[in-house]
Amino acid sequence: MVTHLVFWGLAVVAVLAGVAVFVVNSMARASYSLALSFIAVGLQVLLLQQLYVGVLVILMMVMEMAIMAVYMNMFMGMNPAMMSMNMVHGARHALPVSVGVFLLLAAGALFAPWPSRRGSLPEDVTAALGTELMGPKMLAMAAVGVVMAATIVSGVVLAAHRTRYDRFGDDLRRRPAADPQPGGVGR
Amino acid sequence: MTVRTVLLVAAALISVGLYGALSQQVVVMVMMGLELMLNGLILAVAGLWWFCAPDPSGQVLLLVVLAAMTVEMAMGFAVATSLHRLRRSDLTDTAADLSG
Repeated sequence: MVTHLVFWGLAVVAVLAGVAVFVVNSMARASYSLALSFIAVGLQVLLLQQLYVGVLVILMMVMEMAIMAVYMNMFMGMNPAMMSMNMVHGARHALPVSVGVFLLLAAGALFAPWPSRRGSLPEDVTAALGTELMGPKMLAMAAVGVVMAATIVSGVVLAAHRTRYDRFGDDLRRRPAADPQPGGVGR
Repeated sequence: MTVRTVLLVAAALISVGLYGALSQQVVVMVMMGLELMLNGLILAVAGLWWFCAPDPSGQVLLLVVLAAMTVEMAMGFAVATSLHRLRRSDLTDTAADLSG
């Protein structure tokens, strides 16, 4: 009974905080609303006995939203604390489309003949996940590792202000390098 | 708490996120909409795992979803930084070069 109450409480918090992301008047508040929604979902995942993944969701998303709030204060064109954020386009179509998708998904969730539980819960869920990752599912984690490394490289390339192509030209042969402040001792 | 109620909450989160991703003009707000959809996806996968087949491979799928979320966020920030640097703008409407 307590589990049910906690689940529904967290569900209400998760959905309302999600709605608040697009309603509140400040981007900092929007990112912290999203963080709240993630924390609620992380706690629900904990209720579903996935201790490692639940804690991971909470820790990762709180940090991510903290970074996002700083990022928005740095870059966004509007005053992050004061101005109204009613910056939408195509809201006339977005609302009916999302309501339609909700009705479709909800109908599937409520009326599909979901199977009963197959198999049994491992004794230690986290240990079972670790054994799985280091054994039969190692390929999945290896692939994720490569994707993460590619993301780091592409992120730096996209976000870098000046790269070697700006300095040395497209064929990397320009000497001396075209720097805004010429450095060195004139060699 | 049944598989139906968990999936219902996940559907609500996905729909709210979809509304944000479709309607917002600021790049970072679009990213927030996508994140909210992935948030719903995490809950749906966790619920299906618990109620239908609680073996460890389902948790691996959850970790892959989390990794996808991280990649989306990192690349989104990088694209938004690049857009801001090149065009002094943070709106999706000014980055419609590939549309049509």
